[in-house]
Amino acid sequence: MTRAFVNATLVCPNSGVSTGTLLVEGDRIAAVGDVVVPEGAERIDVRGKLLAPGIVDLGVFAVDPAAFRAGGIVRVGLMPDQSPVLDDPGIVERAAKAGKPDLWIHPIAAATRGLLGTDLAEMAINAGAGARAVATGRRWIGDSGVMRKVLRYARDCGLTVIAHAEDGGLTDGAVATAGETATRLGLPAAPSMAEALAIARDLMLVEETGAALHFRQVTTAASFDLVRRAKARGLPVTCGITPAHLLLSENTLNDYRTFAHLSPPLRSESDRQAALAAVRDGTVDVLCSGHDPRGPEQKRLPFTDSSEGMAGAETLLAFGLGLVRDEVLSLDRLFALLAVNPARVLGIDTGTLAAGSPADLVIADADAPWLISAERMAAKAGNTPFDGLPVQGKALKVMKGGRFL
Amino acid sequence: MHISDHSPAAQIPGGAVFPHRHLTGIEGLQPHEILFLLDEAEQWVEANRSRAPGDRRLDGITQINAFFENSTRTLLSFEIAGKRLGADVVNMHAAQSSVKKGETLIDTAVTLNAMRADVIVIRHSASGAVKLIAGKVDCPVLNAGDGWHEHPTQALLDALTIRRRTGAIAHRKVVICGDILHSRVARSNILALTTLAAEVRVVAPSTLMPAEIERMGVTPFTDFDAALEGAEVVMMLRLQNERMNGGFIPSTREYHMRYGLTSERLKRAAPGALVMHPGPMNRGVEITSEVADDLERSAITEQVEMGVAVRMACLDVLTRRSLGVEGWA
Repeated sequence: MTRAFVNATLVCPNSGVSTGTLLVEGDRIAAVGDVVVPEGAERIDVRGKLLAPGIVDLGVFAVDPAAFRAGGIVRVGLMPDQSPVLDDPGIVERAAKAGKPDLWIHPIAAATRGLLGTDLAEMAINAGAGARAVATGRRWIGDSGVMRKVLRYARDCGLTVIAHAEDGGLTDGAVATAGETATRLGLPAAPSMAEALAIARDLMLVEETGAALHFRQVTTAASFDLVRRAKARGLPVTCGITPAHLLLSENTLNDYRTFAHLSPPLRSESDRQAALAAVRDGTVDVLCSGHDPRGPEQKRLPFTDSSEGMAGAETLLAFGLGLVRDEVLSLDRLFALLAVNPARVLGIDTGTLAAGSPADLVIADADAPWLISAERMAAKAGNTPFDGLPVQGKALKVMKGGRFL
Repeated sequence: MHISDHSPAAQIPGGAVFPHRHLTGIEGLQPHEILFLLDEAEQWVEANRSRAPGDRRLDGITQINAFFENSTRTLLSFEIAGKRLGADVVNMHAAQSSVKKGETLIDTAVTLNAMRADVIVIRHSASGAVKLIAGKVDCPVLNAGDGWHEHPTQALLDALTIRRRTGAIAHRKVVICGDILHSRVARSNILALTTLAAEVRVVAPSTLMPAEIERMGVTPFTDFDAALEGAEVVMMLRLQNERMNGGFIPSTREYHMRYGLTSERLKRAAPGALVMHPGPMNRGVEITSEVADDLERSAITEQVEMGVAVRMACLDVLTRRSLGVEGWA
């Protein structure tokens, strides 16, 4: 069956923003732009709304189809920090199938067995079972010898390593960034430099090994400087960020708001500004949700006892469109950060509106106003630090593989 | 800035003097509100000393001391304070309670609330835990220490001690020396003393100094001797056992060498400078016995005495609304 999306504002990370028609045949995009709608095709009038590649959310911690659908997310890179850990082909294979039929799940396998940071996991076997990358998980690999082996071996397997970059010696026990806020609240805190220190080491290892490395979240000025320089030198390095670190700073922790307990922790205002600048100048490659729904049993606790993480899937698109409105980046580049770049990290040929690509699409209203409400979220839990915030922009319809969800 | 050391607000009628439902910290208190609590405490100092027949204004109210962290002195002080005013005081020791069985803090709070406590005094090892409970119960909550965050009654009793012994708090040069990083006593004292316009210096090795502490209006020092120059009050903090050997300082003897308050060192302070310690002391570590036991200089036992009076004042003031005291309803 052929479907024709007409009167669409086509948003393609590769070819830019234009008005036109997009044809879908079966599970693929057949043609795009100034095309004639074939006889018998089903016409879908998009009425000028955005038609963009479905979002590829790199590095989520939970399989939460309702939240992903609400957020216009068609594919997720699932972090290995599951129970059990994604370090075995059987577990990887099961995870890959867990989203069917509404969601592509691309498992990210553990780089080390049990994510313990000591012994190499079976990267090639896990890749054969469906893993698209390997990751250090929530943790940093403290042993530089192990990290070097991870990078060398992953390079041999053609897999990107996704790293958490915070020096564990500095962050041990910390729940906040060292500074006035943490000092006043009496919270264990680590200097923000813990991140740049970890990144500096890993960049040295990338330089030596030539392995592809993606920093899942980079959040400080010093870290962005390191990544920027590494990219200028041509190192195979990419990095991501979530909207939280672009929109919130450490003072959000006041009153011990555990929904703002994140990892890495929220940073200073100057780091936040540096993060926006890094999105603007192209240092940041990926905008991700870090989706990590946590119920009251993990959040209605004293701050130091609470779990880190936020439910971010259904607010990702709205905040991305907000960045476009604030002229931090263009609409087509937003979808580079939301679709084609994360797809590349996972080694998947998707994330554009090019003919031949999978028909994974989102129709979005860039202006539709709505109120973020922790109580009314589609996600498994409503732990958003943005509760009560009015935003604009939402997914109206999501198509996966030529089929509307 | 001129701030009187006695509360101008004492003349303000009714609950406007102290409009706070809970005492979760010194943060957020106005100078006149702190002074009001100190003024209220004064009467209990005299009453406690005279051993006159008690004022039983809290007769029939239930005070629960919920201590999720071990304490002897503070718990005893709150218990005596409540009983002196006629309250029925119940102590809940978390060590022997359902908290150990995995009950969440919120569930415990809801349980205490259902028992119709009139005031709950809480100590907990996590910063912010007392505020969390305060948001879930119907009665006033008093913070008896939460993690590294605050210990407001300690700061009030220290302020009262300073005011009584030196006549004023404003513009006093106060040195706070010790483990500032992990100390709720330090944070509450910094807040109280800077709010009352004292000049506060904090002293610690850099490994025990929190980031950006100067943003709280204090001057940080790593050199104790330099900080002591001209000090009128020297407040020593307890060094916790678990931080002593190698973790944050190399050894207790090295700590004593650099940060121990000795008679010799005290000579750098202003003549007659007051020595304070929240207790319990590590004699020979942060303070020598010679200094601690010098009745001319040391206010350490007086601090304990002021503690009872300050806690009586806090329990009284916080329960006035629910008891329908005239002007507070």
